[in-house]
Amino acid sequence: MTALLVLEKVGKRFGGLQAVKDLSFEVREGEILGLIGPNGAGKSTLFNLINGVFAPDTGRITFVGTDITGEKPYRVARHGLARTHQIVQPLTNMTVLENCTVGACFGKDNLPLHRARAAARDAVAVTGLQDRAEARASQLTIAGKKRLELARALAAQPKLLMLDEVLAGLNPTEVEHMIGVIRRIRERGVTILMIEHLMQAIMSLSDRIVVLNFGQKLAEGVPAEVAQHPQVIEAYLGNPKLAAELQGSSA
Amino acid sequence: MLLMLRRPFFWIIALAVVAFALAPVVGNDVSMRESLLLDALYITLASNLNLMLGYAGYVNFGSIVFFGLGGYICVWLVNSYNWPLIPSLIVAGLGVSGLALIFGFGILRLRGAFFALATIGVIEAVQAFVENFTPWGGSAGVYLSGEIFKPLGGPAHALWIIYFMMVAVMGLSLYLSFAIKTSKFGLGLLAIGQNEDAAAILGVPTSRYKALVYSVSAFLPAIAGGLYFFKSAFIQPSDAFDLSLSTEALVVGMLGGEGTVTGVAIGAFLYEELRGYLLTSSTFANFQLVVSGALLLLIVLFFPGGLMGFIYSRFPRTQKVLE
Ligand SMILES: Nc1ncnc2c1ncn2[C@@H]1O[C@H](COP(=O)(O)OP(=O)(O)OP(=O)(O)O)[C@@H](O)[C@H]1O
Ligand SMILES: [Mg+2]
Repeated sequence: MTALLVLEKVGKRFGGLQAVKDLSFEVREGEILGLIGPNGAGKSTLFNLINGVFAPDTGRITFVGTDITGEKPYRVARHGLARTHQIVQPLTNMTVLENCTVGACFGKDNLPLHRARAAARDAVAVTGLQDRAEARASQLTIAGKKRLELARALAAQPKLLMLDEVLAGLNPTEVEHMIGVIRRIRERGVTILMIEHLMQAIMSLSDRIVVLNFGQKLAEGVPAEVAQHPQVIEAYLGNPKLAAELQGSSA
Repeated sequence: MLLMLRRPFFWIIALAVVAFALAPVVGNDVSMRESLLLDALYITLASNLNLMLGYAGYVNFGSIVFFGLGGYICVWLVNSYNWPLIPSLIVAGLGVSGLALIFGFGILRLRGAFFALATIGVIEAVQAFVENFTPWGGSAGVYLSGEIFKPLGGPAHALWIIYFMMVAVMGLSLYLSFAIKTSKFGLGLLAIGQNEDAAAILGVPTSRYKALVYSVSAFLPAIAGGLYFFKSAFIQPSDAFDLSLSTEALVVGMLGGEGTVTGVAIGAFLYEELRGYLLTSSTFANFQLVVSGALLLLIVLFFPGGLMGFIYSRFPRTQKVLE
């Protein structure tokens, strides 16, 4: 399997806080790579570094063989890299379909408006938002807004989709549905890098897992390996509930 | 572009333009023509400002600079170089657009209130520059000789020609707003207006789009300024860079419904008609600004979507026809 995204010794400091440090790993074509770690571990910051919201202080980020370190977000999007936000960022006064059309228009293929609408419709259907297509984004429930984040990113026809806690705040039925959607997206050949706190879900969805703690990589491997990793268990022991989940989900 | 011909809204604009052009001709009504000329000017200024305010979500207090600079460039070319009117207008439009493009990349780094304040700074700076610029007459301004109307068939005839040109500029402004709104560029601008960071992450080239729309929104107001001051045969800094006209253009946008083409045009029309009435009425002549202030307060409090927001919510089907 070829590497789609390669991070080499990436680092980012906020004032006195080293949010990400010397981080290296790769995302391989076609896989779902899970990114886990305690609160404040630097997971969302890493997404911001990859898609250009912040430039890393050190290191290099390569996407499909192109160096994208420090590129502006809109340029990163053109390379075929789309993401969702942990805190949803809908274009509130636009409809669901219009939100997705923006994604499709300015995404990887830089589509003209009419073709973007078709791509947007498709993304709306895949995420199960058909009934809400003409609703304004502001009228959606939180679960709806989470789906919209996903639909909009998907409409960009990305090679790599980065999901930042799309399951957080959903009830069990909604989680179930969302997991189905993520599986379907993967079947279409989209590579996925996802951050998730819901252990059971991430352990069953991911092909491989990277564990982050204090901005550094603690472990990397298939889910069963990672769950048995002594340092990972120790990191999560600060949160006994999560540690128990970690154990439970690999068993 | 051809697809626009199939949209009813295209023909609604055409109808409005024809109505404007014919109404004063029918009764050879000169005072109606003068009042409609100001309406057409307000519609032009408000529609172009709406590209920034209603689409991209940037409050520009300095839109009047485009009008004033366009006026100056046109009057200067006509006066000092004996240029005919039309090339002078085109150069004024292109010149001001070009300046706006360069400026736009600078000040559009600012957001929200900082941007709005910077645009007031732009008015002050340009006005100060012109007041000290001798080729443009400094603070005394420039007078044009009566000779300038000769090529247009004398003053009486020229005023009609200028009126038709102003109506044409209004029509172009409306088509421009319509065309941008239904384009990919417009979609990108609306996304910027909703959430600029999210738009950038979705791939909208925000800096380029903002500078571009700032520049585009300068073109027709500059031409309107050229026409207006050519007609007056006189230009001076305090008329050309009047902050209150900028502010009124903003009020008009909110009155009609930011981001809509129809609402802003109707808002500008009603506002200018009302202002004309207030100015000539003996009771209200001194209260013109009080009335517009009160009006703005009422809209902000009770009709945040403006006139069009109200119509859309009352008659949802109009959304499909009226942009
Ligand atoms: N823009 C910023 N400026 C300063 N500090 C920041 C900024 N963004 C993040 N941080 C800090 O960097 C650290 C990592 O934050 P980040 O959001 O990446 O964590 P996370 O792993 O996504 O956590 P969570 O699971 O809670 O979402 C935190 O201590 C956070 O406060
Ligand atoms: Mg996070």
